[in-house]
Amino acid sequence: MRNPLADKVVEMKPSGIRKFFDIVSEMDDAISLGVGEPDFDTPWHIRDEGIYSLEKGRTFYTSNAGLKELKIEICNYLERKLGVKYHYNDETIVTVGGSEGIDIALRAMLNPGDEVLIPQPSYVSYEPCTILAGGVPVIIELKAENEFRLTAEELLNAITDKTKVLVLPFPNNPTGAIMEKKDLEAIAKVIEEKDIFVISDEIYSELYYHEDKYNSIVNIPGMKERTILINGFSKAYAMTGWRLGYACGPKEIIEQMIKIHQFAIMCAPTTSQYAAVEALRNGDDDVAEMRQAYNQRRRYLLHAFKEMGLPCFEPYGAFYVFPCIKQFGMTSEEFAMRFLEEEKVAVVPGTAFGDCGEGFLRISYAYSLENLKIAIERLKRFVEKLQEEQGK
Amino acid sequence: MREELLAIIEKNSRIDLKELAVILGVEEIDVVNELAALEKEGIICGYHTLINWEKTSIEKVSALIEVRVTPQRGQGFDNIAERIYKYPEVDDVYLISGGYDLLVSLEGKSLKEVSQFVSDKLSTLDSVLSTATHFVLKKYKDHGTILSKKNEDEREKITP
Repeated sequence: MRNPLADKVVEMKPSGIRKFFDIVSEMDDAISLGVGEPDFDTPWHIRDEGIYSLEKGRTFYTSNAGLKELKIEICNYLERKLGVKYHYNDETIVTVGGSEGIDIALRAMLNPGDEVLIPQPSYVSYEPCTILAGGVPVIIELKAENEFRLTAEELLNAITDKTKVLVLPFPNNPTGAIMEKKDLEAIAKVIEEKDIFVISDEIYSELYYHEDKYNSIVNIPGMKERTILINGFSKAYAMTGWRLGYACGPKEIIEQMIKIHQFAIMCAPTTSQYAAVEALRNGDDDVAEMRQAYNQRRRYLLHAFKEMGLPCFEPYGAFYVFPCIKQFGMTSEEFAMRFLEEEKVAVVPGTAFGDCGEGFLRISYAYSLENLKIAIERLKRFVEKLQEEQGK
Repeated sequence: MREELLAIIEKNSRIDLKELAVILGVEEIDVVNELAALEKEGIICGYHTLINWEKTSIEKVSALIEVRVTPQRGQGFDNIAERIYKYPEVDDVYLISGGYDLLVSLEGKSLKEVSQFVSDKLSTLDSVLSTATHFVLKKYKDHGTILSKKNEDEREKITP
């Protein structure tokens, strides 16, 4: 029999997180700080709207690009949140999570051999999606001394004649890093000068704890015309399982993305779309309440790291902290494995999000303070043990 | 800070001051001062514990009583409300808009004890026109806390 598989897929590395997942799921008594989704349930009024839509028998496909009323609410939301105007009809598409948005944006924009700049550490899908779309991933290694922000210099150094797209993954998973307005302005100059496009993955935009107002790259003059803005409901409204996101951008690109979406997906889940309308209309208070809880946990963890002597820059976004463990002379994976075996706490090695995550751990605070306290107690004990071993 | 502080201690009044300061991102002394001010201003009126008595062997009966009263000239409902809330058996007294005037909740050891209070004390007050007593059969949620909730984390243990 012939080989049934595509080389491109076989050559793809499985997600680094998978291996760890298999070990952890075998350990019943392990507690985890390794989750990349909110611990809150979807607010009840949003769930209720989903249930109501089922009761009313709204179980059909919606139009390919999404329910009209949802697209209108998305545009209203972006206007009130960012002050930018998108047209619901030809600049907006509702997708199956932010993930699909990233995938179809890359597929709509890349010709074979086009280079895609991917700052790392970052979410695991950008690289494989680029490869599947025929592009060539080019990694930009972000640095701890820049608080894992992307600098204009790093960007400029990575651009070649073949560069077409920059993936901008902020607020960042796994580092929690953000880009302030001045950071965005600095890279915007390079983007415009070198005439490249941006896919801005802002799925964590509501989980932002900096005192300055949140800015998207599309807020910088000249950028909206060349940016696909990706966002969704998973993180802001604790709706991961509903699989719902959206993309907004220039009509010419969105049009092509809708084409791929209509053939590959048909439409995003109808129930989720009705629930999402409610989320955008009446969910601002829920988001604020969850943000406040995350922020309290963030402060708690940073304080605890400081007390146990674990260096960590202050992350202002998402629900992750990214402490440095280089002082213990172990790789991230070794540290995570020993921590799991000896204290039964699962954290994710920084290397799962790119080679430059070496020496760091991703710790999620999508857990109640009570649970975080138990885990931190164990981390403290483990760190003290390592320090003692080193002292000998 | 005030609003956030109140929101936290409304749910957990046992949280220690040091931790409170850390999660609020302020100094401990600021928390101490703010709490003292809130107590002094009568904004914080007490620190209670939410107990699910059903899980103990102690028998308790709670009831909600709708009370219709005649308001008094110059006093409105305050006077009669005071006469009711001064009974130690009474837990809550609210002035209510709509079909009746006061909502009184109380706990007793038995149905008999509660009924006796209503018939002997409450309904015999001069301004009380009528009462309707509703006994609580089961408490599902109290002070924002779901009493029978399972606390299992159903998420996958590791996700990207």
